[in-house]
Amino acid sequence: MSELANLVLACDKRLGDCQLSLNISLPLQGVVGIFGLSGSGKTSLINLIAGLIKPDAGRIAFQQQCFVDCQLKRWLAPEQRRIGYVFQDARLFPHYTVRGNLLYGHQTRADTAEKLARIVGLLGIESLLERHPNGLSGGERQRVAIGRALLSGPQLLLMDEPLASLDEPRKQELMPYLKALSSEFNLPIILVSHSLNEVLQLVDHLVLMDAGKIVQHGPLEQVWNSPAMQPWLGVTEQSVLLTAKVAEVTDDHGMLPLALANKADEGGKPLCLWSSCHREKGKGQVLQAGHGVRLKIRAADVAISRVQPEQTSMRNILPVTLVGMTELADQQIEWLMAVGEQFIKARITAWAQQEMQFKAGESAYALIKGINVLGVSKKS
Amino acid sequence: MLTDYESQALLLSLKVSSVAVLCSLPIGLGVAWVLSRCQFWGKSVLDSLVHLPLVLPPVVTGYLLLLSLSPQSALGAWLEQYLGLSFAFSWRGAALAAAVVAFPLLVRSLRLAFDNVDPKLEQAARTLGAGPIRVFFTISLPLIYPGLLAGLVLAFARSLGEFGATITFVANIPNETQTLPLAMFSFIETPGQEFAAARLCVIAVVLALMALLGSEWLSRKNQTKREGER
Repeated sequence: MSELANLVLACDKRLGDCQLSLNISLPLQGVVGIFGLSGSGKTSLINLIAGLIKPDAGRIAFQQQCFVDCQLKRWLAPEQRRIGYVFQDARLFPHYTVRGNLLYGHQTRADTAEKLARIVGLLGIESLLERHPNGLSGGERQRVAIGRALLSGPQLLLMDEPLASLDEPRKQELMPYLKALSSEFNLPIILVSHSLNEVLQLVDHLVLMDAGKIVQHGPLEQVWNSPAMQPWLGVTEQSVLLTAKVAEVTDDHGMLPLALANKADEGGKPLCLWSSCHREKGKGQVLQAGHGVRLKIRAADVAISRVQPEQTSMRNILPVTLVGMTELADQQIEWLMAVGEQFIKARITAWAQQEMQFKAGESAYALIKGINVLGVSKKS
Repeated sequence: MLTDYESQALLLSLKVSSVAVLCSLPIGLGVAWVLSRCQFWGKSVLDSLVHLPLVLPPVVTGYLLLLSLSPQSALGAWLEQYLGLSFAFSWRGAALAAAVVAFPLLVRSLRLAFDNVDPKLEQAARTLGAGPIRVFFTISLPLIYPGLLAGLVLAFARSLGEFGATITFVANIPNETQTLPLAMFSFIETPGQEFAAARLCVIAVVLALMALLGSEWLSRKNQTKREGER
């Protein structure tokens, strides 16, 4: 594992009843999500990175900097790590104005006005500058906290459930700002979350935590589709994520063609799904040809057919290869099917399976009833 | 309006109390911060030691000061020889006695104030690149302002009223160690001076009231400033 441009966490920390033991090398590109139940050690993990708690043993290194090494007795104080931290509860300084809060961590005086104007503009907090934090709403506070962290010139931004303390409208208000952050500032972000919705909308790389340990980590699609993720999704939410690219619009039915990203298809005609969704959720950005998108397809929305259906209202029919079958509770069966290099799941009844006798390795067609377009991924 | 004797005692009282409070403030801040933020072996011993003058009879405090700081004692001799600092029969001794007696009140207020400052705010400041010293002066100290003010007023008032430890430690010398309470004591002891004692009594009451009102005004001003445009 290369230690360039990444974060190495190889350490132990005992916190009350929870033993945190980490051994991970995280690539720092885009947004890394840390997902798990409350008490699984998510916040402790980023507190270790920020230097707010010390590990009992082990080491933490960011790129070539050693943050802490218990064996070599090295310790870099939090103020020397240049890591921005957006806390769940904002933690604005009550005795400073919004402007004072924003500039608290801003060390260089040279480009202050320009940088402040840019961040204030992006976060939409121009009108709040001279006010005190006491009079702000939760969403406003959180935006100021984000601006304050950004203005301290961090090399990495940590966010501890920045949306958790907000009500639903405020969440919707803040989501677009969070989406814009990583790409706008070319800044790696580590986002702690226990909301699947947030993870789906914001995260590129997912780390799954349980009881102080990292269960799985990798690109979001990979982790989402893996068995380790299934307990969190519930029976009705069983789904897969696929990456696709918006293709040239060739007809005028108002549908958006989404070409599945498969290396094998390069040059040939790609497999295409159709969606009526022309806007990315939350941000309202109009999707155009060339945009990379992330699709969520629920297993319950997929059926399997041995012959290519003709004369059907269904538009999204893909040729697939059956890979493996899992028996679920309530006489349900889930088939994993390969579409080029990506996977889809279909949930069918045990009755249907008994009658059709689908077997692994067989070619079939997946009939897809619903597609959820989640967001522009940066990998396009 | 005031006789020379009265204004001497009044000015001396103000000088002694101000010096006592201002000199003990940095130490008080340090001790209060340590008591509020640090866990260490012997913390309860330090805590008890700080509070001792609050529960000891002032005469005992004065006697202990006399024992440890008189020119005959080792510490007193050392201070005089190397720092040229002598407390015996001087206003400096009165200030020291006042400071010692008022110290627990100052530390109590400051410690409570530090306890009320959310350490999470200090953590947030650290992640923004501020070292511990900058955090103390830009976050902790401004946030304890009301407690600091209360502690200062309380300590100042206690210093103004200091009697037992002062008279034991540095005696009752006009224009040197004779503060308002000591001057009043002299008048009361002298037959026919009841009216002079009553005049000093009024001065003491007015002084105390002014200190209280002043601190009230300052803390209200601070509060309106903080709540700002709400």
